[in-house]
Amino acid sequence: MTSSGASNEAGAVVPPSGPDDTPAVMTPVLTRRWASPQSWSIATYRKLDGYTALAAALKTEPGRLVELMKNSGLRGRGGAGFPTGLKWSFLPPPDGKPRYLVVNADEGEPGTCKDIPLMMADPHSLIEGCIITCYAIGSQLAAIYVRGEAVQAMRRVAQAVREAKERGFLGKNILGSGFDCEIIVHAGAGAYICGEETALLDSLEGLRGQPRLKPPFPAVAGLYARPTVVNNVETIASVPVIVAGGSDWYRQMGTEKSPGPKIFSLSGHVTRPGQYEAPMGTTLRQLLAAAGGMKDGIPLKFFTPGGSSTPIFTPAQLDVPLSFDDVAAAGSMLGTTALMCFNETVSVPWAVWKWLEFYKHESCGKCTPCREGTWWLAQVLRRVVSGRGVMADLDTLTDAASNIFGRAFCALGDGAATPVTSAFLHFRSEFEDLVTGRTPPVIGTRELVGAH
Amino acid sequence: MSVDVPAGQSRADAESNIPVPNQRLGIPEFLYTGTVFDEVTRGQTEEIIAKYPQQRSALLPLLHLVQSVEGFVSADGIAFCADRLNLTIAEVEAVATFYTMYKREPCGQHLVSVCTNALCAVLGGDAILSRLSGHLGIGPDETAGEPGTEGSITLEHAECLAACDHGPVVTVNYEYYDNQTPESALELVTELQAGRKPHPTRGAPLTDFRTTEREIAGIFSDLADQVNAPTASEETLRGNEIADRLRQTAPSMPESYEMPPLPERK
Repeated sequence: MTSSGASNEAGAVVPPSGPDDTPAVMTPVLTRRWASPQSWSIATYRKLDGYTALAAALKTEPGRLVELMKNSGLRGRGGAGFPTGLKWSFLPPPDGKPRYLVVNADEGEPGTCKDIPLMMADPHSLIEGCIITCYAIGSQLAAIYVRGEAVQAMRRVAQAVREAKERGFLGKNILGSGFDCEIIVHAGAGAYICGEETALLDSLEGLRGQPRLKPPFPAVAGLYARPTVVNNVETIASVPVIVAGGSDWYRQMGTEKSPGPKIFSLSGHVTRPGQYEAPMGTTLRQLLAAAGGMKDGIPLKFFTPGGSSTPIFTPAQLDVPLSFDDVAAAGSMLGTTALMCFNETVSVPWAVWKWLEFYKHESCGKCTPCREGTWWLAQVLRRVVSGRGVMADLDTLTDAASNIFGRAFCALGDGAATPVTSAFLHFRSEFEDLVTGRTPPVIGTRELVGAH
Repeated sequence: MSVDVPAGQSRADAESNIPVPNQRLGIPEFLYTGTVFDEVTRGQTEEIIAKYPQQRSALLPLLHLVQSVEGFVSADGIAFCADRLNLTIAEVEAVATFYTMYKREPCGQHLVSVCTNALCAVLGGDAILSRLSGHLGIGPDETAGEPGTEGSITLEHAECLAACDHGPVVTVNYEYYDNQTPESALELVTELQAGRKPHPTRGAPLTDFRTTEREIAGIFSDLADQVNAPTASEETLRGNEIADRLRQTAPSMPESYEMPPLPERK
């Protein structure tokens, strides 16, 4: 981790037979309707088994659906990987007053691009998932908080709600079961922080989107201070298939502790970037093999396993199974399986600076470490990449990052510190070379004027 | 608030002889326009409020709605929202200044956003922004042409637009124009300036910033038509293409299974 500049220092275990570079095998479950004509329409959805899980769910006791979800081992697809069934079971017993389901569709973590295609291509899977989830947790109202900029996704979801209502899947006495349910489609207004569940709730209540102090957790006091389940789009869209196939079927895919299929989003210097749905535990090496490898054959330098807030990996981690536990054991986080791949031409300090400009812009300002820290990090990084840094800047970066990490109100602060600390772990020499002048500045002074 | 403020001036301009002191302190200002929101907008306002269990939840959509009327959020728009939701001006301003999508300067007919986050930037996003900036003769967050007139364009750099597999990404009024180059983006902007509306790579036919803002507020017209615009790009369907070609599937579901029993009460 010193000045050698080598990127393969984190010692991944390579099997004796050599790395497994067979292409990843696709398991289309959530994506299986995406290529169908008019995949977003209720006609297509129903032709491909849509709303059959709802009919089955409404004949089941709600508590048994929660058990089913626990048994399936489904873990939250929004980044944290919290067991979904367990989250549902945290709601206090019904007291006759409202409780809510809130769907986090505020996709914005750099690199993450799975929920918007899902909502565009198969909005009814999200709607059916919402209705089943509401039934299971005893809620009669779901709100889908869609990122404000995602206008076409919003249209598709709004139209899906209308269609579902016309066909009697939403509204009063759904399919004659006596169960009532409504869905609100709500647009955000451009604030990354609203992807944090409690900030999202404040935003949905018409406030500045700033995180709340926990506890109380949303399960106890969420939307309008009532018991609330907040789940990601991909999580809720998984509910109908689990109800349809059962937990044993679901567990045939993925790993013991991270079951199921996962939508992996490959982006960057990849020959064929895009969405690949494969079992949890697939490796980036296998995914790259399926995606035609690195673009123009220029080797991989670093990648994020799950968005810019997750510590970067180097080619040494190409064989880490992409599951929640395996990635954590290797020192990062699975996050949103946003696999941003950068080739050898990319300056790590430059990428980290760009990310920090993002976190600086998106810090909500509620807590001091994040509000002040992200500004300092961005400023110092800017100085380093423009070739005007001094060695003490690198200590300042380490110091500031470690003072943010674990001390901020929410995960945004941790996410902002992460690119700095993980880049220092693998590529500290690149920062040093910029300071000593061994490598020329990455950005000129001219470019700095008016940048961000 | 009681001061009679000429259109286009800020409250600070009007209330004080000292030239805009608040701007020096960095306190955001909202321009007065004298706009009176008509019956149609009032009707839409009621429609939006009625969707929510508690009316304050309608604030974000209402700010989008007043922005769709004026092309930005004015002091009059703020007052309108405050009035409809029984909030103070300060409460509404606090929200309007928090979110990036609410513009405090009149926006052009089109809002062109260029992603300059690390991934898009390295693929060409920075070069796209600088090419467009040079062509339009403006920096980010500025408008070329008279706001609201045909062909006027507000340029902004955007953070991740959640289309990373299509990078570098440009959006116009939040509709996706994927896989851009400086040349293609320049051509796009030139078309927009000429009053034409090239079709997004994924999304409904392009309208203008204000029309899109109304939809974001939740007021849709012709929704059934607009959802028909194709969005299934090559990138989105990569996994499907492989599965189809190599006949790969998920394990097949069982005919039936036993739903787990309720846990035993402790």
